[in-house]
Amino acid sequence: MLRDITIGQYYPADSVIHRLDPRVKLFATLIFIISLFIFRSVWGLFIATVFMFGFIRLSKVPFGYMVKGLKAVVILMLITAMFNLFLTNGKELVSFWIFTITYEGLRNAVMMAIRLIYLILGTSVMTLTTTPNQLTDGLEKSLRPLNKIRVPVHEIAMMMSIALRFIPILVEETDKIMRAQMARGADFEAGGIIKRAKSMIPLLVPLFVSAFRRANDLAMAMEARCYRGGTGRTKMKPLTYVPIDYKAYGIVLGYFAAMIAVRIVL
Amino acid sequence: MGIIKTNRLVHEYIHRDEEGNVESIQSALEGVNLEIEKGQFVAILGHNGSGKSTLAKHMNAILQPSEGTVWVQGMDTSEEKNLWDVRQSAGMVFQNPDNQIIASVVEEDVAFGPENMGVPTDEIWRRVEESLKSVGMLKFRNHSPNKLSGGQKQRVAIAGVVAMQPDCIVFDEPTAMLDPNGRKEVLRTAHLLNREKGVTVILITHYMEEVVEADKVFVMDSGKIVMEGTPRQIFSQVETLKKYRLDVPQITLLAYELRKAGLQIPQGILTRRELVDALSKIRA
Repeated sequence: MLRDITIGQYYPADSVIHRLDPRVKLFATLIFIISLFIFRSVWGLFIATVFMFGFIRLSKVPFGYMVKGLKAVVILMLITAMFNLFLTNGKELVSFWIFTITYEGLRNAVMMAIRLIYLILGTSVMTLTTTPNQLTDGLEKSLRPLNKIRVPVHEIAMMMSIALRFIPILVEETDKIMRAQMARGADFEAGGIIKRAKSMIPLLVPLFVSAFRRANDLAMAMEARCYRGGTGRTKMKPLTYVPIDYKAYGIVLGYFAAMIAVRIVL
Repeated sequence: MGIIKTNRLVHEYIHRDEEGNVESIQSALEGVNLEIEKGQFVAILGHNGSGKSTLAKHMNAILQPSEGTVWVQGMDTSEEKNLWDVRQSAGMVFQNPDNQIIASVVEEDVAFGPENMGVPTDEIWRRVEESLKSVGMLKFRNHSPNKLSGGQKQRVAIAGVVAMQPDCIVFDEPTAMLDPNGRKEVLRTAHLLNREKGVTVILITHYMEEVVEADKVFVMDSGKIVMEGTPRQIFSQVETLKKYRLDVPQITLLAYELRKAGLQIPQGILTRRELVDALSKIRA
């Protein structure tokens, strides 16, 4: 049952966006998020919409697939919209009992909801088109300057990618231990929250023991294969920019400039 | 000097309590002398706790001798400056296939060793392709290791070691967690590497059937080498092997019992073919 969990939500397809360097995608996502909080006018919204849907089209990921990601934030979105709707002062539109809806409130609520939707859709373009490994590679290379202030960037990236590799293994192991304990009469479903938390102990203890043992074995295997940290290491698949990556940077920067211009002018 | 040589090698596991005081000392190796020639297929046998895995870890400088010396290609493993050269020339394959695969794509895992050694990118690609081909896993290069069978995972691990172009490979009970098919796959690969690439293979195991084709066999018991010789020499001493809590291959045991019962067949029969031949000679 636990086996069905998918980690990362990579959607394999052959598109321009999939082939882009992960660093470009990280940068573009960051810029897009910032830009969402810059615009105030309908024109800004229009540019952001065109930009985002353009990329969604290019990524060849079905739109319905992306919308699924929105389910998780519906509640948050409603609450934010409510606050904006009822608590903004301005020209009164409707009023009943203690609630007053103003023109500004309505506008803010709609804008905020749109911002949140775009935020989710925009970031999911990145997570759906980039494998977790590419993401860690991209992060490692983009954050390399932090090495100078003694942030162990390579080590962090290595830990992330090993964690990703071991998640399915540990999930399978949890499943196995769970069944073994159930076969001996353990009950994971009955009782209140405290009882259920307590019943997790016979599951977690063996899981931790085994995880430590695996970590020990893996460390030994890595050392046996000459692993000695990031220094002097080469890569089988080094990240190198190709012309299309520069074009993508250009488009992203152009978009950002346009958003700033719209904000200042209008 | 052979490719691997140990001289009065002693290893002690020291258990400490929380304050760091020595609680007990358990010696796993008690003066091991052995020499392994280049290009050979050597097997090291022993029951659980005989010290064979500890010995294997010395050949790759994962453990350091408490006393005595280990040389790999003439390099002393206890010297810090030799560490990476030793690990490059003596590769190691471990027991649990899951716990030695690092990357989530087969080809990236094979590349891990060469990447650590600082091999240039295009050379890495060449080596990855070649070593995956040599273990017969080339068509799985873009797969996730989680989707492979135990034997296939173990072959990927072997490819990862081969890509480092070692002079010898130490297999530390590589088949202990595999099903019979996986065991066959792994052993076939080990023999193939030995024959076609001239890699020295050191196979550590407690399955007797796996050592029949070895050039030389060492038997270990409580931290010492107690027997040494060709498989035929070793397996003709059924009683001695029993003393060390080891079984002989079924065919050898059958031949031994038949001989004891008075049949005229030679000592140390290893394969079914040999037994059939010996038996048909009697009838003739």
